[in-house]
Amino acid sequence: MAKPIQNSKFKIQNYPVEHSDSGSILSPLKALQFFARKPVTVPLEPRPAAANYRGFHLNDHDKCIGCSSCQKVCDNAAITMVKVPHLPEDPLKGIRNLRPAIDYGRCCWCALCVDICPTSAISLSREYVHTCTQEEIDSYFILPDETGIHGDFYGLGWQKSVDSDLLDLERQPMAELAPETRIDNFEEIVNGYTDQQAVIEASRCVQCGMCHDACPTRMDAPEYIRAIWQGKPEEAVRWIYKSNPFSHVCGRVCTHRCEDACSIGRRGEPVAIRWLKRYAMDAVDHERIKQIAAEEKVDYLSGHRVAIVGAGPAGLTAAYDLVRKGHEVTVFEAREQAGGMPRYGIPAYRLPYDILDRDIDVITSLGVKILTGTRVGVDISMDKLHADFDAVVLAIGLHLGRSTRIPGADHKQVRKAVDLLAMITDGKKFSLPKQAVVIGGGNVAMDIARSLARMQKQKFGEAKITVTALEDKAHFLADPLEVKECDEEGIEIFDARGPQACIVEKGKLKGLRTWKVRSIFDEQGRFSPAYDESDEQIHEGDMVIEAIGQMPDISLLGEALTEELEWSRGHIQVDENGRTSVAWFWAAGDCVNGPDVVHAVADGHRVAASVEAWLAEKTN
Amino acid sequence: MRPENYEAQRQPPSNEYELNFGPNHPGIEGNYALKVKLHGDVVLEAKADGGYLHRGFEKLMEQRLWIQNIALVPRICVPDPSPMELCYSMAVEQLCGLKVPKRARWIRVMQLELSRIAAHLFTFGGHAATTGMYSTMYWGVADRDLLLDLFEEFTGGRVYSIYNIPGGVRRELPDGFLQRVTETLDYIESRLADYDNLFFKNQVFVKRAKGVGVMSREQALAWGVTGPNLRATGLAFDVRRDDPYLVYDQLDFDIPTEENGDAWARTLVRRHELMQSIRILRQVVEALPDIHGPIRAPIPNPLAWNVPAGETYTRVESSKGELCYYVVSDGGPKPYRVHVRGPSSMHAVQVLEKLSVGSRIEDIAQTMFSLDACPPEVDR
Repeated sequence: MAKPIQNSKFKIQNYPVEHSDSGSILSPLKALQFFARKPVTVPLEPRPAAANYRGFHLNDHDKCIGCSSCQKVCDNAAITMVKVPHLPEDPLKGIRNLRPAIDYGRCCWCALCVDICPTSAISLSREYVHTCTQEEIDSYFILPDETGIHGDFYGLGWQKSVDSDLLDLERQPMAELAPETRIDNFEEIVNGYTDQQAVIEASRCVQCGMCHDACPTRMDAPEYIRAIWQGKPEEAVRWIYKSNPFSHVCGRVCTHRCEDACSIGRRGEPVAIRWLKRYAMDAVDHERIKQIAAEEKVDYLSGHRVAIVGAGPAGLTAAYDLVRKGHEVTVFEAREQAGGMPRYGIPAYRLPYDILDRDIDVITSLGVKILTGTRVGVDISMDKLHADFDAVVLAIGLHLGRSTRIPGADHKQVRKAVDLLAMITDGKKFSLPKQAVVIGGGNVAMDIARSLARMQKQKFGEAKITVTALEDKAHFLADPLEVKECDEEGIEIFDARGPQACIVEKGKLKGLRTWKVRSIFDEQGRFSPAYDESDEQIHEGDMVIEAIGQMPDISLLGEALTEELEWSRGHIQVDENGRTSVAWFWAAGDCVNGPDVVHAVADGHRVAASVEAWLAEKTN
Repeated sequence: MRPENYEAQRQPPSNEYELNFGPNHPGIEGNYALKVKLHGDVVLEAKADGGYLHRGFEKLMEQRLWIQNIALVPRICVPDPSPMELCYSMAVEQLCGLKVPKRARWIRVMQLELSRIAAHLFTFGGHAATTGMYSTMYWGVADRDLLLDLFEEFTGGRVYSIYNIPGGVRRELPDGFLQRVTETLDYIESRLADYDNLFFKNQVFVKRAKGVGVMSREQALAWGVTGPNLRATGLAFDVRRDDPYLVYDQLDFDIPTEENGDAWARTLVRRHELMQSIRILRQVVEALPDIHGPIRAPIPNPLAWNVPAGETYTRVESSKGELCYYVVSDGGPKPYRVHVRGPSSMHAVQVLEKLSVGSRIEDIAQTMFSLDACPPEVDR
């Protein structure tokens, strides 16, 4: 024990008081002097409470997103989330029209609701008193707004402060390859979380479920995050496979709508939901994942046969759902390997293909038959599919690149990004440009730019890639992380540049001419770029790559079916379940609904449910 | 069908009678009762009859998240809630291995001592009221309110401050707060002479309290008596000094004792202790401006917080005596078991029962208030 400090300054003047029973019987009469003094007990004028006071609840309805964290932390179940119909609701932005209602018969004014609130919408007022008659007893149950319990604002009392904030606003850092070590190879950049990091990251979640509502395929993210926090990755995988058989892929390259909606992201960094999914999938043995995926498969055969055209995320998800219902599913894939756009469009440094193989292996292990190298329309006709199968699902993706159709775009050194990416995956040879210009500001543009940069680095020792995009940087379509990594890897990005012509001299491609973009859309919101012609730039390069969008290759349908189908602006028209106007024919994935893996998975589920319902109807 | 029901009932002598003392009685502290057997007005036997304030805290705590219990524990002892918060938080900190920042430890001492002064003023008021001195009661309550004003300002709550959280405290002190603490301390100190005249030196009180409810040091130790009641038997034992927590080992204060072990001695010990608390607070007020840094160690998201499995026992010196928490975690998001060892359980049950025997009926209240038992903490 440390020795007490001897500080004579703090010796109490009148201590020790000499207490004996020698006090006079008259000593209480000394209190008579109080007739001439201010009384000790004085009535107080009404006043607001202290600045920190925990009075009645206030809630800023514009800030509140209805995440119900306050309800979860409430000790006494005093908070009920109530639907307020006139308030906005937007799952993609993570906003619900639920607001906390407080039962003051239960509330204990601990203010944990304030301290946990992800948005800092809730605070407490400086008001002391509420009372009422028996008839008004319901006035103890209120839906607080900014004015407080009695409608007259008393001033903010206890509110969100850095001291009392109970949320961890910073996410666990992800280990990644440094730009200089990753630029000359296709090694995966992101290393994944360790066990400990995953548990800590999962513990940041408040279980609001905004992620679930924002996810196109409604993944049970709160449940699998909680399972990861509990140290049960197998349980997490079980939740994951309820809604997404492409979780290895989505754990790496998903566009993570969930994180955009995450309520922790309101003031801090959203929970790394995508990386947590990846962690769970990596943490469980592949054979065990297969067993978990098979758990809900029925143990009978329905006798129905379904053909799926295209072995990408949409087609294989539909196949996964249908095979688990006991149908016989055959998938026809034109290319050499299954996987679709994740394999032929996403570079290996973002998604290693052996990881993709694992997802596909789980699906085939359930009994899905994939016929690769079988191009419908060439190797087998659509009529034959109709004849041999009860239902056909078209999930062919978008594998044809669009062209800018600017002068010079027909030069052989003007290439489509999707074609090049597919060639890189297949290992096919093409003449590598020493200097290339990419047109486009989306993820595909970033993918081809970064892939070519790696190959240039390997071959020439230096990378010379220029990206030109119509959008300014604030409105880039590409994931901000992609743009940042492009910058790190030394790729030059010119934003707000409109391509005007590919410069060809003596049959040789010299580069791209661009003008400054003034606006992209006209007043009606239609695509109609306007340029500032005085601001012209020439981007030198011996190859120009167009990455401005893709379209489906619908030549496989054949004339009769093309005629029979209903179309809408060049797309096959489908109902909300993906069914076309032809009874036995469904379409899913990018070829009808864009634009990414997780939407394709969602589409796959939707179509599978529709096919399943139709088959069931047919049976009965 | 219990065996004792078959035995012949002994008829009490006609000069003996039973009396329910409380639970609604001006001489009892809180909702508490004694079943008293009397011969004339002399107590032959007293049986504590609690439970009117039983809210099942220990069981409730097993059903709440670790963080939620910080709002529950202050309610165990209404007049002196701060040590409850602290003791629970210390237990969780020990289980988690959380290191409380220095500034938070000093602020916690300030909170505890302010709470001790408020509790003692409250007790003096209640004690004086048992002898009919209602002015002292009004004074005690009014002066305690000044302390509550301070609590309101820095914790956000007048009575249930809910200011401690595992890892530290919830709020930084408001601007100029220490100055207001000093002013309040000056005022309370200036008032003590009035209290002495009206109460402590008042022959009406002195003659009523002296020689009432006497217990020896040996008895006190055997009955589990702690705090001012133990120190009134001459044993200078105080957890703050003998098993120091927070920063009490860096503070200069005395452990007041009295020798007689009666109601008078117990009251005097509290009177001296109040001065010691002022002394401690003046040191804290001087030290705090130079202690910078965080007021809270980071804790996980309270909705996803598994406290490592283990058990711990923490104790602090509350105004009533030694307050201890035994907390067991099975590694889950809620406590597996929490046991509160409050000082009043001993003082209001076994000690009060024994000390009442042989005294006159009007001295029961005197004894109970001098023991400063807290019925909500007995019942929990």
